[in-house]
Parts: sequence; C-alpha cells; structure tokens
Amino acid sequence: MWVYEKKLQYPVRVNQCDPRMAKFLMEQYGGADGELAAALRYLNQRYTLPDRVIGIVNDIGTEELAHLEMIATMVYKLTKDATAEQMMEAGLGDHYADHDKALFFHNAAGHPFTAEYFQAKGDPIADLYEDVAAEEKARATYQWLINMTDDPDLQDGLQFLREREVVHSQRFREAVEILKEERDRKKFF
Amino acid sequence: MYTYRKYYEPYVSPLDPCPPMRVKSYETPPQLYMGFQPPNLPQYHPREALKQGTLWPALFAPYTNPYKGPGGGVDGGGENPDNG
Repeated sequence: MWVYEKKLQYPVRVNQCDPRMAKFLMEQYGGADGELAAALRYLNQRYTLPDRVIGIVNDIGTEELAHLEMIATMVYKLTKDATAEQMMEAGLGDHYADHDKALFFHNAAGHPFTAEYFQAKGDPIADLYEDVAAEEKARATYQWLINMTDDPDLQDGLQFLREREVVHSQRFREAVEILKEERDRKKFF
Repeated sequence: MYTYRKYYEPYVSPLDPCPPMRVKSYETPPQLYMGFQPPNLPQYHPREALKQGTLWPALFAPYTNPYKGPGGGVDGGGENPDNG
C-alpha cells in the first residue's frame, strides 16, 4: 500500500514550448531504461529477494514512480499548447493521430512499452546486477537528454533525476555487498 | 583522488566524412569508487540536500554537456567539485 503526497518529488519547470524535446523525454517514460520499467522491475523483485535487501527495492521502486510523474509533467508541459502543426513538425504526428496530447507508454521512437524490457531471474545477484546496470543506463539517458536541451529549467530537473540514479546505483551496489557478507562474522565500524 | 570524467583521443582517419571530434569523454561517477558507503560522511543541510538530490557531497556529481564546454568541443573539466 502507498500513501500519496499530492506534489512532485522535485519541482518541474519548463521554459520553452518544445514538443520535440517532449518526444525525446518519452524515452524515460515508456522506454527500456525508463522510469516505468525501473519501477515495475524493482517492485516485482520485492517478493523473492532475500529479506535483507527487500527494503532497498521497495524504496527505490517507489521513488521511480515519483520520477515517472516528473517525466510525465515535463512531457505534458512541453506539449500542452502545441498545435497539430507543431506536433507534426516535432515528429509527433504519429502520436497525435492516435493519442492527441494524451501520454502513452512508448519510447522516443514510438515503440510501445513491453514487460520484456526487464527480467526477474530469481537469482539475487543476477537481479541486483541488472538493477545496477539499469541505473547506469538511466543515468546515461539523462546525460544525453541534458545534452539535447538548452532550457536551464528543464536541465535542472533532469540533473536532479540523474543524481538520483547515481544514488540508486550506489544502494544496489551496497545490496550486493550485503548479500556477499558472511553472516556469522561480526562487523565493527 | 579520482575524476568524474575521463577523456580519450580516438583514431582519426583522413577519410572520415564528419569533422573529427579529437577528444571524446565518458562519465565515471562516484558510486563506481565508493564500495560500501562509509559511516559518518559529511552531509548537506537538508534544504540543500533536497535540491542536490543527495544528502552526501561525496555522492554529488553534477553533469554538464561535455560538447559545450567553455571553448566549445570537449571541455577541459572533469574535476571533482566536492571531493577534491
């Protein structure tokens, strides 16, 4: 169960009307390394990982849903007042024909989201290593997105999301360390 | 100490169709080096931490477009702003 707070994790501001950038941001909405794939991957792993690392995937999976909201807000703001002509010029004509301004879970190239984007192997090390890789790939996506826009407000939000990928990667790496630990050995700090 | 960005110079062929990018870069952020996070690391003030996206300066690694450095092309950056 979740408790919802009716606010974004980090404020989303957008300076320029730029539907083309919205198209690129869709990579993080419904793409293979996007926030939806991340949230579903981690929340699904909660049931079968060793109990000492379940809290990590629970918390991070939940935060990914908050990131998903931020991306959705960016896309919404970038397209909200665009005309049909502007949508077509931005390469969003195919999207507009099917969805108008509604968001849909597909990547920047328009491929619909699929559960095949992630695995649930059942082997804790294999699953956590996939999680580390997923965070690094999402971090890289945010880098390329930052490279593609000149809007400092949009960059600021993307910068925050990228930093969270760094922290999540660190936590998944620590989860692996926890599972590697010899449990009967005392550890002193 | 380590840097968050590494550089390399790829081979440039006289037959390459695009003007060459002589220096390329990639990111090597702090989580690659930290191992298990040590206890009692310095922390940001909570307000600043919410803005930075992390409570610990040791994990803060802001990204800038390496192809839009001060002199254009790949920047001369890659320094370690908070850990140096």
